[in-house]
Amino acid sequence: MQFNDMQAGEAGRAASAPPAGRPIISIRELRKMYGSFCALSGINLDVAEGEVVVLLGPSGSGKSTLIRCINLLETYDSGTVTVDNVAVRPGPNLAAVRSEVGMVFQSFNLFPHMTVLRNVALAPIRVRKLAPKAAEERAMELLTRVGIAEQAGKFPGQLSGGQQQRVAIARALAMEPKILLFDEPTSALDPEMVGEVLDVMQSLARTGVTMVVVTHEMGFARRVADRVIFMERGQIVEEAKPEAFFSAPKEERARAFLQAVLNH
Amino acid sequence: MDLIDTFFNGRVLWDALPLLLMGLGTTLSLGILSIVLGLIGGLILALLRLYGPPTLSGLWVLYIDLFRAIPILVLLVIVYYALPFVGIRLSPFASATTALSLVSAAYSAEILRAGIQAIPRGQFEASQALGLSYWSMMGDIVLPQAVRIVIPPMTSNCINVMKDTALASVVAMPDLLKQATQAQALAANPTPLIGAAALYVLLLLPMVRAVGTLEKHFAKERR
Repeated sequence: MQFNDMQAGEAGRAASAPPAGRPIISIRELRKMYGSFCALSGINLDVAEGEVVVLLGPSGSGKSTLIRCINLLETYDSGTVTVDNVAVRPGPNLAAVRSEVGMVFQSFNLFPHMTVLRNVALAPIRVRKLAPKAAEERAMELLTRVGIAEQAGKFPGQLSGGQQQRVAIARALAMEPKILLFDEPTSALDPEMVGEVLDVMQSLARTGVTMVVVTHEMGFARRVADRVIFMERGQIVEEAKPEAFFSAPKEERARAFLQAVLNH
Repeated sequence: MDLIDTFFNGRVLWDALPLLLMGLGTTLSLGILSIVLGLIGGLILALLRLYGPPTLSGLWVLYIDLFRAIPILVLLVIVYYALPFVGIRLSPFASATTALSLVSAAYSAEILRAGIQAIPRGQFEASQALGLSYWSMMGDIVLPQAVRIVIPPMTSNCINVMKDTALASVVAMPDLLKQATQAQALAANPTPLIGAAALYVLLLLPMVRAVGTLEKHFAKERR
C-alpha cells in the first residue's frame, strides 16, 4: 500500500464496483447486552475485501459497539466474528488478528509521551520486528502521505486535532493492515479540520484497503462508500448503495434519520 | 559565644567528620537499596493487584493496607528482635533494609496503581488495536506515562524512605544518626548532631528540588 498505488487503485476499484470479493469480515448473529439494554441484537454482516462500508444511524444505535467487536475491543455475549477466516476471540492469536486490523478512534488516542514519528514507528518495531531505522523511514513515508511530514519530531499535544487524527491514520497504516476501522474519526474535530481528515480517508479508500467507517459525515458516505448500512437499536435496518440510500431510502426509520441530519 | 561553642563547635565537628561521613555512606546505601527494592516490589504488587488473578487480589490489598498501617519502627523492632526467635537472624543492615523495603513497596504499589489507573482507556485500546503484546503495552505505553504522573508522589515516598533510615539507629546500625550520637557522647558536645542534621538536609534538599525540575520537564512534553 504505497502512496503511488493510490491512483492505480482507483481504476481497480471502478472495475470491481459491486463488492464481489470474498468476505474478509464475517459477522454472524452477534449479540451484546449492556445490562438490560440490547446494544446489538443478532447482527449479520459480511464485508468484502476492498469494500468501503459506512455505518450510519442515530447515536446509541450500536454502530460503534459493532465496529469495536470486530477487533474485540468490545466483548460480546454470543455470535461470531471472523476476520480473514480467523475467528476473533480471546487467546494467544488475538494480538496477531488485531495487528491486521487498523483502528482510528474518535479521540485519536495517540501516545502523548512519544514523538509523532515514534507513534507511527513503534508497532512495526514491536509487532512486526522491523529494524528501528527501517520502521522510521516507513513512518516518514506515511507521514508524508497524510501531509504532516514536517511535524514528525513534535509531540502529539503540539498538533491540531486534524493533524493528530492524520497521525493516528498513519499509525494504523504502518502495520499494513488488511482492514481499517474508523470509529467516528471526525466527531471530535473542529469543523474546519474535518475536511483534511476526510480527504486522507477518501484517498485511502482508493487504494483498495477494506474500510468500515462509523461517521455522521453524510457527504463522505455518499462520495466514498461502496455500501451504506443504517442501524437503529442494535439492528441493521437498511443496507444499500449510497446513491439509492440517500435518494430513496426504503425504510421509514432511515428516511426519518436522513431528514433529521440533512435538514439542518 | 556559649551557644556557638555548644552547637557549632568547629573543632568537635572536624573531629567527628570521619564518623559522620561513614554514617552518611551507610545511610545512603541503606536508603538507595530500600528505595530500589521498594520500587520493584511496589511495581509487582501494583501489577498483581490490577491485572493478577482476581481471586488473589484480596491478598495484595491486605499486604498493602497492613504495611501502610504498621509503624516502620515497630516493624523494624519485630524484624530485628522477634524474628531471631524463629531462627531468622538478620544483621542490623539487613533488618533495616527489609523493614524499609516492605513498607516502601506498599506505598509505591498504591502510588503506581493510581498512576496506571489515571492512564486513559484509549491508550490501552490503541495499543491493543495495534496488536502490541501485553508487555509492550505496559512497558512502552502505560508505565512511561504512569511514571510521569507518579513522579511527585513517588519522590516524596523516596524522601520518606531516606529519612526513615534514621530509625535504623535503634537496632544499632551505624548510620548517620547513630554515628552522630556516638560522636556526641564522645565529645560531650551536641555539635555532631547539628552536623548530621545538616548532612540530612544537604542530601534531601536536592531530591526535593529535583521533583520540581522533573515536573517541568515532563509538562513540556505533554503540553
